[in-house]
Amino acid sequence: MERSRPNPDELLDMVEAEDRQAKRGRLKIFLGYAAGVGKTYAMLEAARERQAEGADVLVAYVETHGRAETERLLEGLEILPRRTVEYRGTMLADLDLDGVLRRAPQLALVDELAHTNVLGSRHPKRYQDVQELLDAGIDVYTTLNIQHLESYNDVVAQITGVRVRETVPDLVIDRTTIVELVDLPPDELRQRLVEGKVYVPDQAAQAVERFFRVGNLTALREMAMRKAAQQVDVQMLAYMQSRAIPGPWPAGERLLVAVSPSPLSARLIRAAKRMADEMKAEWQALFVETPATANRPELRERALANLALAERLGARVHHVSSGSVEEALVDHARRQNVTKIVAGRPVRPRWRELVRGSLVDRIIRISGGIDVYVIGSGEPSEAAPSVPARPSPPLRRFLYSLPPVVLATLIGWPLSDRIEPTNLVMLYLAAVVVAAVYLGRGPAILSAFLSVLAFDFFMVPPRFTMAVSDTQYLATFAGLFIVGLVVSSLAARVREQAKAARSRELQTSELYELSRELAGAAGVEAITRVIQSHIRRVMSGETVVLLRDGQGLRPAAGSGGLDEDEHAVATWAFEHGQPAGRGTDTLPGASLLYLPLRSSREVVGVLGVEVAESAAPISAAERRVPEAIATLAALALERTDLATAANQLELLRATEALQSALLSSISHELRTPLASVAGVLSTLRAELGKGPASQLDEAARAELVETAWQEADELNRSVGNLLDMTRLESGAFRIVPETMDVEDLAGSALTALDARIGSREVTIDLPLDLPPVQADSVLMVHVLVNVLDNALAYSPHGSPLLLSARQERDEVHLSISDRGMGIPPSDLERVFDKFYRVTRTEASAGIDPKGGLGLGLAISRGIMQAHGGRIWAENRPGGGTTVKLILPSARHTDRVEA
Amino acid sequence: MAEGGPRVLVVDDERAIRRLLRTSLAAFGCTVFEAADGHGALHQVTAHRPDVVILDLGLPDMDGVQVLTQIRSWSSIPVIVLSVRDEEPTKVAALDAGADDYLSKPFGVDELMARIRVVLRRSVSSATEPVFQNGGITVDLGRRFVAVDGREVALTPTEYDLLLVFVRHAGKVLTHRQLLTQVWGVAYQTETQLLRVNISNLRRKLEPNPARPVYLITEPGVGYRLRLV
Repeated sequence: MERSRPNPDELLDMVEAEDRQAKRGRLKIFLGYAAGVGKTYAMLEAARERQAEGADVLVAYVETHGRAETERLLEGLEILPRRTVEYRGTMLADLDLDGVLRRAPQLALVDELAHTNVLGSRHPKRYQDVQELLDAGIDVYTTLNIQHLESYNDVVAQITGVRVRETVPDLVIDRTTIVELVDLPPDELRQRLVEGKVYVPDQAAQAVERFFRVGNLTALREMAMRKAAQQVDVQMLAYMQSRAIPGPWPAGERLLVAVSPSPLSARLIRAAKRMADEMKAEWQALFVETPATANRPELRERALANLALAERLGARVHHVSSGSVEEALVDHARRQNVTKIVAGRPVRPRWRELVRGSLVDRIIRISGGIDVYVIGSGEPSEAAPSVPARPSPPLRRFLYSLPPVVLATLIGWPLSDRIEPTNLVMLYLAAVVVAAVYLGRGPAILSAFLSVLAFDFFMVPPRFTMAVSDTQYLATFAGLFIVGLVVSSLAARVREQAKAARSRELQTSELYELSRELAGAAGVEAITRVIQSHIRRVMSGETVVLLRDGQGLRPAAGSGGLDEDEHAVATWAFEHGQPAGRGTDTLPGASLLYLPLRSSREVVGVLGVEVAESAAPISAAERRVPEAIATLAALALERTDLATAANQLELLRATEALQSALLSSISHELRTPLASVAGVLSTLRAELGKGPASQLDEAARAELVETAWQEADELNRSVGNLLDMTRLESGAFRIVPETMDVEDLAGSALTALDARIGSREVTIDLPLDLPPVQADSVLMVHVLVNVLDNALAYSPHGSPLLLSARQERDEVHLSISDRGMGIPPSDLERVFDKFYRVTRTEASAGIDPKGGLGLGLAISRGIMQAHGGRIWAENRPGGGTTVKLILPSARHTDRVEA
Repeated sequence: MAEGGPRVLVVDDERAIRRLLRTSLAAFGCTVFEAADGHGALHQVTAHRPDVVILDLGLPDMDGVQVLTQIRSWSSIPVIVLSVRDEEPTKVAALDAGADDYLSKPFGVDELMARIRVVLRRSVSSATEPVFQNGGITVDLGRRFVAVDGREVALTPTEYDLLLVFVRHAGKVLTHRQLLTQVWGVAYQTETQLLRVNISNLRRKLEPNPARPVYLITEPGVGYRLRLV
């Protein structure tokens, strides 16, 4: 496959990488091949140079091991105090990660990348701290010895005989990492060792001596140099790709390594990683779950641990179920365009290979054009833990294997005289097959054995003896045995595959069910409930759903909360968009596993689920179910968010439309009277000083002035109403209740409207024994004025008004009725809305409805409600409108006799 | 203008209001002095001895009611208070502190002139005349005789005392407290029930239509007024 330009996927990767790079800090690793080559020294020198160039440098953690020359280099650099942690009574000093993040320098120096953190730190490993610093946009200088790199771990152990426990995944070095080789000829290093200039942690002198042999050092040095050169290659490649330089493109090799529960699998994975590195190829790891592993959790666990190792080493990992490892492997390889399959040399006993052929043989047979690499097993680095024997089927099943044989004997017995014994064997064969299919291998073998006995005893002459007269029947026995074995193992396999398929199917259908339920869930609370009940059903554990709230997290409606520590873990997962808590590398001491809820745009929250406690980080494969749930949940939450946003937008639009309508109404109602007043004044001003020459006679002048006066009054009322409405809505109306006679209320209102009423007939119908009401006199008069004013305005001139009142239990019912145009039934409620005015209809002929803001009745309703009363409008029988008011009557209706 | 026109002190921090009142009141024959704040007002009252003070309650340097209280400490000069709408408690406080009347902004100058005339008339004829006549109501103070449109009306002693207070302050707003104190005594200051019932009874006896009173007017939230017709 030849390419002259980067393909779109690669370009996209590049863009994303550059995008991340813009914000991400750069990592520079000072790589050495052994302790004492001067990594820390080189790092400090480089840092001093950077500081001299004006960079903001912070020494976050540097270990000088008391070497004076190194310590001198620290002078003039800002050193962050270490964080001390008490661990089992001793005080341990460690990198203060939060301190660095708070201080946020341009460049942080963090020595010893492979260091394992003190228990209880945020991350178990220092390289994870460094990742967090890089994510925060801080450049990091660090040091590393080649044997601490995961993929070199095995090789180094083989060469030197010393296995290093602290390893760093290869992923830490990506193509943006700068690797600087710190080199020192092995002779000089040994010289330094002799002079005591090399710090060696409490290791036996003998071991040190073995490690620092010139041969070892040379091999390690070569590995370090190759790694550094390789990194340069990677960067060159990236550069060439980004510039579309035609060149020796990698042939697009893809490696696939088969992962198994075998302890040798880890070695195979590391080998595959090195091969992939050398070929600059992408690599994948595949675990084929067979019925054999599906039924044995301990095997499965080991395989998943190996898969997780591959993931840490940078492989893309896959996990499939199949009855045949080789078929699944080759099939996967074909689909993924894999060019090379890496397999391990078999370690099974030779006889089994002779019978079935080894896995490698079988792969090679069907692999077609795919190369198959076979890696030597060497000596097992650790003894394979003994695997408990296959659990034996219950005794019951062995008993059940009896009836088919008995049945075959009963059927065969009467026929035995007429049919050749060889043919009667078929009956027993059927019995064995039945046992094999339904009862499993053990019962099948038992059944075969019993069949042979029964056949010999009952069918083969001489009958009722166990003597076998004819050797030909030996073949019959063998046949029965073999059929029993083959059929039972085939049946078992089919059963187990069906079981595996069922469990997959169950998971799939559970997820489908979940997505269906989530689709039907409206609102965050419903979604939370669905997720919780689903997880309870599938994983039988506790669940917490936390949602973004501004910058932080809060428990979703319907979800429980977390204590402070757990919340901090969840927040970390939220902020970094990565899983955290139990079963992960980050804060594994937490009681739940926290998965970010990542929607298509951002992290919308965190899902906390309970997982079984385990020492090792759980693999991506095991997180599959909770992650699938988290993905569905995130999408559902995003959908809710979008729906809410759409609703709010709609509401906002409606509100904006209303507001602009209000503004235009208000501005119209305020400007119109103002225009009249200003108009009158301008006319009068123009006439000033004209004296007798004035065109305006006294009557015209009077009319103008009267108009202006009325309009000013109107303006005053509008402004008053607006102020009242504002007060009402802001709750600034204070009700000061006092006992009032309705007669007094009515009188005050009518007095206020004297000018408007003029000669209109107003009938007042108040019973003499009407109790007083409890009301704020000012506001209640205001209500009556508003209602009466409306009645006056919306009824013809000269038509009568009626104001009446009745006592109903503890209430006083007031009615104000007119003979006006009435209100359309659909508007009876709406007339009490703000800024609402009844549209003029044909029926309004002869009526000159007032202008105004349409606030009067709204204010009245507000006041009535504040009094614990009610107000509503009815159409009056015979035409016109009745507005009814209900007020609580004053409790003491005592009439003082004078 | 005539030398005999009333001398009016206008106290208001709004230049526009002062200008309006200066021009309009001068047109009605008044001599107008002005003050823009409380201290200015107190100074002007001593310096010019006006016949009436128009006092805005919202002043920049001190509370209008405070200004009123200080004036009242040494002078019974009539004071008409100006306020904006919906400040009933403030109006009551001003009236209780000795204001003679109040007027809400915006107001007509003719209305203001009417109030000025009422307070001035009261201050010159403080010695009550034996017979009070207002519209159809006649009160013969000497004989404790009350008639409406010539027909005698029988009042209870309390009603008569109440009416008497109104007559003595005809045209002026009286707060509940003032009325209660003057008719029933200080101990009854808060017994608004008494007042409400007696006013109601008085209206039945004096007013042609008690539901639309012409004489005994309720000033909502403030008190009552005997309107001069």
